[in-house]
Amino acid sequence: MRKSKTKKSVSVLLVLMAIIMLLTSCGKTETKTTEPAADGTEADAAVATDAAAETDAAAETDGAAETDGETPAGDTIKIGGLAPLTGPVSVYGIAADNGAQLAIKEVNANGGVLGKQIEYIVYDEKGEPVEATNAYNRLVNEDKVIALIGDVTSGPSIAVAQRAVLDNLPMITPTGTSADITAQGPNVFRACFIDENQGSLMGTFMAENLKLKKAAVLYDVSDPYAQGLNDAFTAKCKDLGIEVVTTEIYNAGDTDFKTQLTKILAAEPEALYVPNYYNDNIMIVRQAKQIGLDVPFLGGDGWDGILSENVIGADKNDADGSYFTNHYAADDPAEKLQNFLAAYREEYGVEAISFSALGYDAAMMMVQAIETAGSTDSAAIVDALKNIEYEGVTGDITFDENNNPIKTVSIILIKDGAYTLFTKMKSGE
Amino acid sequence: MTYFMMQFLNGLQIGSIYALIALGYTMVYGIIKLINFAHGEIIMTAAYFIYFFMTKWQLSFLLSTVLATLLSVVIGVLIERIAYRRLRNASRLSALITAIAISLFLQTLYMILFTPDPRAFPMTATRFPVLKLGKIIFSSWTLITIVTAVIVMILLQLFVSRHKAGKAMLVVSEDLKGSYLMGIKVNRIVAMTFAIGSALAGIAAALYIVSYPQITPYMGSLPGIKAFIAAVLGGIGLIPGAMLGGFLLGLVETMTKAYMPSQLTQLSEGVVFIILILVLLLKPAGLLGKSESEKV
Repeated sequence: MRKSKTKKSVSVLLVLMAIIMLLTSCGKTETKTTEPAADGTEADAAVATDAAAETDAAAETDGAAETDGETPAGDTIKIGGLAPLTGPVSVYGIAADNGAQLAIKEVNANGGVLGKQIEYIVYDEKGEPVEATNAYNRLVNEDKVIALIGDVTSGPSIAVAQRAVLDNLPMITPTGTSADITAQGPNVFRACFIDENQGSLMGTFMAENLKLKKAAVLYDVSDPYAQGLNDAFTAKCKDLGIEVVTTEIYNAGDTDFKTQLTKILAAEPEALYVPNYYNDNIMIVRQAKQIGLDVPFLGGDGWDGILSENVIGADKNDADGSYFTNHYAADDPAEKLQNFLAAYREEYGVEAISFSALGYDAAMMMVQAIETAGSTDSAAIVDALKNIEYEGVTGDITFDENNNPIKTVSIILIKDGAYTLFTKMKSGE
Repeated sequence: MTYFMMQFLNGLQIGSIYALIALGYTMVYGIIKLINFAHGEIIMTAAYFIYFFMTKWQLSFLLSTVLATLLSVVIGVLIERIAYRRLRNASRLSALITAIAISLFLQTLYMILFTPDPRAFPMTATRFPVLKLGKIIFSSWTLITIVTAVIVMILLQLFVSRHKAGKAMLVVSEDLKGSYLMGIKVNRIVAMTFAIGSALAGIAAALYIVSYPQITPYMGSLPGIKAFIAAVLGGIGLIPGAMLGGFLLGLVETMTKAYMPSQLTQLSEGVVFIILILVLLLKPAGLLGKSESEKV
């Protein structure tokens, strides 16, 4: 009797476990959709589109739209989005998605594109390549999107780009900086500069602006982003006569860097290049302080977000004195940028980070390309993107032969717990 | 020498945290022969408690730690009462699976309640002054961590060797059924073991989270697994074994990283396992364990 009871409770526990695992694996794929003009049922959306069209002189009303309430697919242009809205890199994902949402909203308010409203469908991929691929398939097969804005980080972006090439789907990653993303095929573009640019620019900056001669590197060896930056930085250092005294590595998930930092301290560098994402960087900066490693920290755009409340916490000045390459600086007086920052603040009640600006630029670039193409035909949009001259909030963008943008890079100095523009440099040739 | 001493301190710091956690594993194993895989999650829940006490109620770090440690005790005892007690006489495998289930349950529960996004812990080791001993530079927090861990371990050792309840614990770990017959309230002693283990985990959580001030629902699993290895290394079921294993693991990890060529640092974890395998080959019961043939 007793025994069977125990068995029962074990099986109940197992079933419970299975349910929980199911819930967590599927339940989290939240969908965020910017419905044209209003949210609600599909029929509502169609009516609302009509209403918008009536008040907006620029848009031409399609007679069919009034009777054809059942299939709103024909009334809107569907653009897909992918971003890590939850998980360890959600700060990036949410920021990039917010930027793109803001762009789409502005476009829709101004009459949409090709006389139609844009429906922007975003799936959360948690920063994982497998989730991203699944979400991509859903966007293409079920939602039938005609273009893609995403993914946000390099790993998932590469995975998605491999699929997008097969479908010849126009794709712009707002923030994926790995060179491999656009190398996948001619239909894949990006709004940000590439890792190579960042790494070598930081080398130049260290030699010419900081006038330092001895560097050390500490990077996440399991992350292609950090690896790419390290390779470019180290190569540039060699060119410019900077000695890299030691290159230390760690693995994703490591929290203790003191051993490597003590090693670096013993090698006596004048600056430390830390080309990782902010969650690791903040730990590294703090542990370096504890062992008395007091040199300037240099980094890439993975540093952006390090001053967020849920990253740096209460000790706001711990990252002071660090320099990193970034896509723009919030205190840059450029008008287009300042307008965007104000609109973003109004819409979301928080300050934009560079990922928001790039999300915005990626979406706007895609819209401009669709407008130029004059149709939703993939090949036409890809052509339009290839020859685009876009004036964006992160600088003016044209694409080189590898679909990488030629644009300005800002060097940010963290000072008194805030990002400040230190200088600007030009990326690409 | 300076370099060695600095790395030695790094190793001691992480090792003392491993040792505190390993004690929880080893005590529970010693008494009911269960590898309590949910032990790492106690660290995680304790970290969240400290975080919320400090941010929501604005309590001091010390007070938050004390409260969180008490709550960890409650959770540890509840887990034993709800999940493990009924399985005391079931096969060991059932209990082990239950432990894994509890671990996953707590992780996913916290993921649902508080999202998987990392949170910044409001207190960091950078607030503690940096000390200099000649050329050796270290944080006073490193010292606090090591000293706290050692004091806690001495207290535990005193409790086990001097106090009646502590002695009863040793007796139960020697022979559970026999202690029943001798009139020892076994259920109470087992609950007490869980309580002590969880309290140590609560203290370890406080030491850990100030050094690595990031809180996530899965933050407990890695130190949990490392501590489990430490417990096995020292001889699972033995309190001094867990202490020795913890410090040894921390030191081996640090020293292999410190003295291997930089591009091989990835292998340091491999070295830890090689040492574990060697120890288990030569002394299957762990460094301090006495091998005894099992009566079947």
